[in-house]
Amino acid sequence: MSEVPDSVAVIDQIPQQGEPLTPRTPLHHTARAGGAGQLHYREHDLTGLLVLRGNAADKAFAEAVKATFGCPLAKTLSFVMAQEVSLLWLSPDEWWVLCPPDQAYALEVQLRERYSGHFALANNTGGMTRIQLSGPQAVQVLKKSIPYDVHDAHFPVGKVVATVFGKTQAVVRRLGQNDWEILARRSFADYIWRWVEDAASEYQR
Amino acid sequence: MFHIYCPHCEEYREEEEFHPKGEAHLARPEDPDNCTDEEWGDYLFFRKNPRGVHHELWVHAAGCRKFFNVTRDTQSYRIYETYKIGEQPSKAITA
Ligand SMILES: [Zn+2]
Repeated sequence: MSEVPDSVAVIDQIPQQGEPLTPRTPLHHTARAGGAGQLHYREHDLTGLLVLRGNAADKAFAEAVKATFGCPLAKTLSFVMAQEVSLLWLSPDEWWVLCPPDQAYALEVQLRERYSGHFALANNTGGMTRIQLSGPQAVQVLKKSIPYDVHDAHFPVGKVVATVFGKTQAVVRRLGQNDWEILARRSFADYIWRWVEDAASEYQR
Repeated sequence: MFHIYCPHCEEYREEEEFHPKGEAHLARPEDPDNCTDEEWGDYLFFRKNPRGVHHELWVHAAGCRKFFNVTRDTQSYRIYETYKIGEQPSKAITA
């Protein structure tokens, strides 16, 4: 165990004093849910997001990550989950940690205490939102939205890819045979939400 | 449309996920303070524009956001290989 270095500003984004906050998601102004029958979509409640950069070949780093988040560093184009935490591979030296928003600060502090080598961790909670698509027709919406091949053989459960979505970009992962998740940047969440509503409309009749 | 193999994602992706970033293997003059104006100008502004095999820098902009190199034929559009920054291509770099 080592101390959190003073040179890093670590801030709990949830104030401990005053009125408790009522957090709003990037899509709070929409219905946040829709669909019928073979296709449903909804915005996930506000999620904690930690952006983690580091060297996967560094054993001490990998072990500290596993001890902190309960799951090992995800391998290329995959994600791993442990209870309420997901760890997504984004690039050979970048991972995203999704967790309950009230755990983000504690997890960050834990990792900094366990490992003090060369790495970076930024709390980006609220910077992205999660849109979940479910049902047998969910895949049809993705086929219209991303250039990536979503065939079972090419996009199995447990895979995550960052790709083009409509005229913007998104991270897409497959949670189950008929369960998908789109991670949309906050400033593009409204665009992607309305795109999904439009793309989904023909499967709800 | 190109189908480009990203050496970091380790699979083929659609061209629209990538951006070209110009000529690869540009060596910055070792001693910029003492090189000639011509050497510095060549480094900053002058690029090859071959018809045929060319080595280019690309970035996987919508994917892993990593840079890598592509050996491509500018006439036939055939991609011979992609390789990571710091590696050497198997097709020689011609002057
Ligand atoms: Zn890539």
